[in-house]
Amino acid sequence: MYRTRRWVVRHSRVFETIYRRFEPVLVKLAPVLRRLGHERIEAPVRSVEKAVKGALFDCQMCGQCILSSTGMSCPMNCPKSLRNGPCGGVRANGHCEVKPDMMCVWVDAWEGSRRMQHGDRIQAVQLPVDHRLKGTSAWLRVVRQLDGTASSTAKSETTK
Amino acid sequence: MKFDDEPVPGYSLPILPGHVSPGRLERVLRAGKFAITSEIDPPDSADPAEVLKRAAIFDGYVDAINATDGSGANCHMSSVSVCSLLTRVGYATILQISCRDRNRIAIQGEILGGAAMGACNLLCLTGDGVQAGDHPQAKPVFDLDSMSLLQIARGMRDEQRFDSGRHITMPPRIFLGAAENPFVPPLDWRPHRLAKKVAAGAQFIQTQYCFDIDRLREFMLKVNDLGLLEGPDRVFILPGIGPLASARSARWIRANVPGVHIPDSVIARLEGAENQKEEGKQLCMDLLNEIREIPGVSGAHIMAYRQEHTVAEIIKATGVLEGRVPWYPGRDDPKELNPESSEALLS
Repeated sequence: MYRTRRWVVRHSRVFETIYRRFEPVLVKLAPVLRRLGHERIEAPVRSVEKAVKGALFDCQMCGQCILSSTGMSCPMNCPKSLRNGPCGGVRANGHCEVKPDMMCVWVDAWEGSRRMQHGDRIQAVQLPVDHRLKGTSAWLRVVRQLDGTASSTAKSETTK
Repeated sequence: MKFDDEPVPGYSLPILPGHVSPGRLERVLRAGKFAITSEIDPPDSADPAEVLKRAAIFDGYVDAINATDGSGANCHMSSVSVCSLLTRVGYATILQISCRDRNRIAIQGEILGGAAMGACNLLCLTGDGVQAGDHPQAKPVFDLDSMSLLQIARGMRDEQRFDSGRHITMPPRIFLGAAENPFVPPLDWRPHRLAKKVAAGAQFIQTQYCFDIDRLREFMLKVNDLGLLEGPDRVFILPGIGPLASARSARWIRANVPGVHIPDSVIARLEGAENQKEEGKQLCMDLLNEIREIPGVSGAHIMAYRQEHTVAEIIKATGVLEGRVPWYPGRDDPKELNPESSEALLS
């Protein structure tokens, strides 16, 4: 929902805190998840992740979430799927060049990042999307990474 | 400017220490001269003569010619082919690659191909959305963005590897450029975004049309504060300018061309003029005169769409080249003339 995701950006700092608390929980759960088998739990975790992040951020399940580096504004909602900032076509009112009724995802991202404690992460250059990860759970990827068993094929440096 | 070590026209110059490319544009910029670039509107035709004809208009006035890549998401001859035709007769070109139409496999192939054909400069662009052009039903690709494109191109040049890590035997010797639009939101992020582009590999910047000098000044101050204009990794900034044909066309551009900010005062000035076309040209000259005085500006990029013939006039009237005559085919030796230039056609 457009309205929800804009509300989230206005409260990006709260969500940053939630995410920061969520990470150690994931780490603690890691051995349990490993015992259950990452492949077996991929589908249920993915469904929960999609439901939660879909409702809050209009998440597109790119599988390599960088919300904490983009002011909690999902860059995959940008019609040009830009991962590193706005294009030069932003309208004078801050709206999108391609979808004139929508606020530019990156204008929101900049606002959101300035409310966050680690908002300067928005300045880090993001690698291009690994299209093999589309539709997979980013949470489980983080668990695997933190657990030290990150898949060797996943080359994105992003977390969360 | 003539370099002592300039070999056969169209051939690469030796790469000097502190330089990355064998091109003339990098030489001019690093020598601290005010550089002028302009752009060719690639033809809707397979006729090579049309490309040469369009380039000849700029003979003696520009340091490099941009070949646009499906600008405004409209279909035209490709940038790499325009560059190839131009480098054959010796022109310095700026190859443009937009992320809209190709994925990373095609783009990296094009970077190698362009460099092999003698294009020494690469402008990395995101590209206008397909909705802006003549094929709104096309699939927008955007596999990369301008930032990751810069980073990949730099990796190809400096680390001799594709994004996949595979080795490149002869790296592309290219001077890397990017675009920036200091005139649209989020305004306070734009200088930082430029810093990000420089971090990703940008060495020169051509901006969107500037009609608002105050915004440009503010932007340049911040860019300077960020330390982007000094050191070996400094960036060269060439603000974009161009003549407006009339108040009506200015209004149309403002409403229909993505990212062009034209203040009301500019439109009012055109409206109040007796000859709007002349006034548009005068406005462009005034802008150029003001831009060259802004500390940190290294040159200007003149976009005179469908008014290409005015570029020479604008440069002559403002004297920004300070007597310098950028090389063009036939400047030093009539035998090297561009076969489609007016001089060649007359003789």
